[in-house]
Order: sequence, then structure tokens, then C-alpha cells
Amino acid sequence: MTDRPAGPAPSPVLRVQHLRVAYPIRSSVMLRRVGEIVAVSDVTFDVGPGETVGLVGESGSGKSTIARAVIGLVAATAGSIEFEGRDITRYGPQQLKAVRRDMQMVFQDPYASLNPRLTVRDQIAECWRVHRGQLPRAHWTDEAKQLMERVGLNPDYSDRYPHQFSGGQRQRICIARALALRPKLIICDEAVSALDVSVQAQVLNLLADLQDEFGLSYLFISHDLSVIEHLSDRVLVLNKGEVVEEGAVRQIFADPRDAYTRALLAAVPVVRPWLESPT
Amino acid sequence: MTTAARAGAAARTMRRARRARRGVRLRIVIPLIIVALYVVGAILVPILYHFDPLHTELLYRLKPPGTTVADGKTAIFGTDQVGQDMFAQMMMGARVSLTVGALTLLFAGVFGVLVGLLSGHFGGWIDMALMRIADIQLAFPSILLAILLASVLGQGLTNIIIVLSIASWVVFARVTRSQVLALKNREYVDAARTLGAGHLHLMFRTQLPGCLAPILVVATVEFGHVILAEAALSFLGVGVPLGVPSLGSSIQAGTAYLTTAWWISTLPGIALAILVLATGILGDALRDRFDPRLRSA
Ligand SMILES: Nc1ncnc2c1ncn2[C@@H]1O[C@H](COP(=O)(O)OP(=O)(O)OP(=O)(O)O)[C@@H](O)[C@H]1O
Ligand SMILES: [Mg+2]
Repeated sequence: MTDRPAGPAPSPVLRVQHLRVAYPIRSSVMLRRVGEIVAVSDVTFDVGPGETVGLVGESGSGKSTIARAVIGLVAATAGSIEFEGRDITRYGPQQLKAVRRDMQMVFQDPYASLNPRLTVRDQIAECWRVHRGQLPRAHWTDEAKQLMERVGLNPDYSDRYPHQFSGGQRQRICIARALALRPKLIICDEAVSALDVSVQAQVLNLLADLQDEFGLSYLFISHDLSVIEHLSDRVLVLNKGEVVEEGAVRQIFADPRDAYTRALLAAVPVVRPWLESPT
Repeated sequence: MTTAARAGAAARTMRRARRARRGVRLRIVIPLIIVALYVVGAILVPILYHFDPLHTELLYRLKPPGTTVADGKTAIFGTDQVGQDMFAQMMMGARVSLTVGALTLLFAGVFGVLVGLLSGHFGGWIDMALMRIADIQLAFPSILLAILLASVLGQGLTNIIIVLSIASWVVFARVTRSQVLALKNREYVDAARTLGAGHLHLMFRTQLPGCLAPILVVATVEFGHVILAEAALSFLGVGVPLGVPSLGSSIQAGTAYLTTAWWISTLPGIALAILVLATGILGDALRDRFDPRLRSA
């Protein structure tokens, strides 16, 4: 979160250009395409190595859709998504699988994003099962326990099931799972929105520590400006599928240019006491 | 409300919840014991009685329950029109019914679950095609199918199992599909997808485990249905071949003697009813246990 030295920017980890995503509307008869909902109309941004880019906007503005397009859960209708210089929008499943090792996602709902029938250890080990040859099976348990320890969970609980943990602990499990393949970019879609304010702070601090340790880049999505402010280097303000304002966090908070941004800022619900600490 | 009254109400709800749980446990344990008794009886009794379906004992035909027969044994359920011990014959019939039921469930279950997984997971035209086939299947009466197959392939246990499997895979496919549809937009399935999991992994490792509880419930209820259907087919004469005793064919054989020897039809009928009832209650109890939301009001 320190200011970056001036000079030529290092080549970005993620470069999204003129991204457009439309969801087809299909008729129930014969599944014909009868129209589309444009969720993201024209979005361009970069995420540099070790950088955190925040994405704010009210509900329905297309934040999740951008995240899902970047990670490949929905197809981009137009535009390009480059990961380390390679355009992944036209990748086939096999090539995408290789890219997905370097890109992970933490979801909003820590109750729904863990498989209720897998123990924490199996939950984390699932990525090594999918990406064969990453880690020999004999090391899975040890490595999973190490990851649990790293995200602040008791490694003795590795045989427990998700329902035996609290919301904050489950989100830590999700983070451990996202870290297991040592990715370069982690997308957090409302990763702390479902948590209590005090737990939010702990998880945000954990994310910041992990970023320093592993040199991660984050695409951090939230409708909550104070959360974005806590973690992001740069912010994109999104409205109806378009970027209406982009810039450094302080600049946008101090001097919002766009009317929509000003409205968002005025609507910040609570002042988070833990944000008051000097940076 | 006073604190005492509130505490009393809380204690009452807790007691009621505990009673309900105990009720569910009883409704699981008792039918399980009944089904287990049938299984043990079906395995052991024909062996102990040296049961031979072709053996006749004309001196002791149509004897009422409790009669002492040729070799000094007591025929507790009487004898039939050719002098066979009814109890041994019924247990042999239960053996056939249970085997047919179990094998049918195995084939129909594996096939139906596979179809349901494919249909729910891939959606689109695969889903449309498979579900239309299922609809056609449901619209086609299984009795007709049985008669058709019996006339083409001849009678035999294999054919009954084929007919009944064709008639009951649809239920498994539907339940699995609807469960997959409910699961596939859960974030944990998306999470597995973002890990790079392929279709096989998503279907069998991520979604199938979440479908097992409803599948188990359906399998239990279907078990009773299949046994009943087998008995119906055998009663109509398109089920088990002649000479193979089955509960259905025993009931049929006794209809000619209803006024003189009521036990030949009645006792296998009661045995069948108890078995089917037990699996029905078990299925209901399992549903309450695994998915209280589906509880019938
Ligand atoms: N699967 C879908 N099918 C059709 N339309 C969709 C689908 N998912 C999202 N949309 C539409 O796309 C638009 C953007 O949705 P998106 O989920 O990206 O918003 P969001 O910014 O993440 O909102 P929130 O803050 O509520 O999560 C919305 O208008 C929504 O109705
Ligand atoms: Mg969203």
C-alpha cells in the first residue's frame, strides 16, 4: 500500500481491455436465444504485480460478472483478457486449466463456497488432485496443515468439516485453498462482506500480510468503500457495466470527479474505527 | 410472559424436538429389523427345510397351519395344493423377490443416477433429450413392456430385472437431476471449477456426494415398489417362470382355493404387505432424517 516509485510500470499480471459480457436470455421453448442482458459493456483496466485493484459499484453494476469473466466462469462477449501477456479469452479447456493454477478466487459466501462433504484437508488438497504432479500425494496433509497455520487456523482441525467452523474461519479456509497452488493473482469477490466488522478487519489484515509474503496481486471487489480503501492501491468505480472513474484511492476519496462516485461516497454507511489508524 | 413461563415453553419445545428425533430413530430401526429378518429368513429357511420347488407330497396337500406333516415337522403356515410347506415356499419367494429388487435397484440406480448427473450438469440439449426419453418411459406402462419382453425373450428372472430396471430408472434420474440443478450454482461448485476441475471431477467428486442422501431415500422407497411390481407381474403370469416360487405366484396359485384353503393366498399376501410397508416407512423416515424440508405435512 506504499506509493509506487515513478517510472515505467512493470508489465501487468492482468490486462483487461474493452471487456464486454452479455448474458443470453433464452426462451424456454427449444432454448433459443431471444435477447441478452449486457452486464459489462466496456471495461478496461490493468493489475500490476503485487498490486491491489479495487472494484466498487452498487449492486448489479457488473462487479461479479467481471470477476467471473476473468477467471473463466463466464465467456467474454467481446474484448480481451490478458494474463501475463497471453490472451486467455480464446483458450480451450486444457490451456485454461494451466492458467487457473496462477489465478484463484475467494467467494463472497464462506458458507456456500466450501463443499460441505469434504474435510478442510481434502478441501485444500482438491487443487492438487485436479492439477496432478503439482505435489506428491504423500505431502498433501503436511502442506494443507502448513497452509492452515499460515492463515491462522489450528492445523489440528484439518479433519473437521466446514460446518464446524465460524464464518471468519471458513473464509480463512477459502483463502488457504486459494493459496495452495501459489497463484499470482487472487480475485476476491466480496470476500469479507458476509463477515462481522471485527472479523472483516482480521481477514483484511491477513490478506495484506499474504500479499507481502507471496507477492500476490489482488482484484478486490466490494460494494463497501471503506473495505476497498483499506486494501487497494487503485480503485475503479463501476456503474451499469462501465467504469466511470479510476484512480489512486486517496485521490478518489479526496476529490471524486464523477457524480456517481460522489453519491457512492456519501452513502458510506459506517466509519470503520480500525481504518483511523495512521498508515 | 414471565421468565418461568418462557423457560417452561422452551423446555416443552425441546422435549417435543427430542421426542420427534426419537420417533424418527424408531421409524428407521424397526423397519430395518423387519427387512433384516426377511433377508435372514430368505437365506436360511429354504436351506433348513431342504426346499425343492418341484417336490410334491400329495398326502399332505391343503393342510391348515400347524399340521404335522410327513417327516414329523410342523407346517406352521400349512401346506399348498401340492403339499409343499408354505413357510419354506414363502421364504423361497422372498428370496426371489429380494434378489430381483436388489439387482433392479442396482441397475436402475446406476443408470438413472448417471443420466441425472449428465442431464443436470451439462443442461442444454443433452438435458432436453434425456428428459424427453424419461417422459416417454414414464408414459409407457411397465406391464405392457413386461408382456412384450416375455413374449419376445421368454420368461426368466433376467427379463424381469430388465423390465423393472427400465421402469424405475427414471425416478433416480429425476431426483439426481433436480439435486444437481440445486447444487450446480452453489459457490463451492464454482470454486471447484476455478481450481480447474474437469467435468468428471465436477460430476462425480463435487456434485454426486451432495446427491447421495436423496438418492438413498428414493432407493428405499423404490425397493418396495419394485418388489410389489415383481409380485404383480408374477401374479399375472408374466413374471417369474413356472416352477420358480415368488410371493406373487404363490398368491396367484392360492386364488383357486380361497374358500377351502385361505392360507395359500393370504399368508404370502400378508408377508408381501409387511415387507413393502416396512420399506415405505423406512423411506419416509430417512427422508425426515436427511431432509426435513421434504417432510410431508
Ligand atoms: N447468470 C445470469 N444470467 C442473466 N443475467 C445475469 C446473470 N448474472 C448476473 N446477471 C445480470 O448482470 C448484471 C450484473 O450482475 P453482477 O452479478 O455482475 O452484479 P454485481 O455488481 O456483482 O452485484 P452485487 O453487488 O449484487 O453482487 C445484473 O443486472 C444481473 O441481473
Ligand atoms: Mg456480486
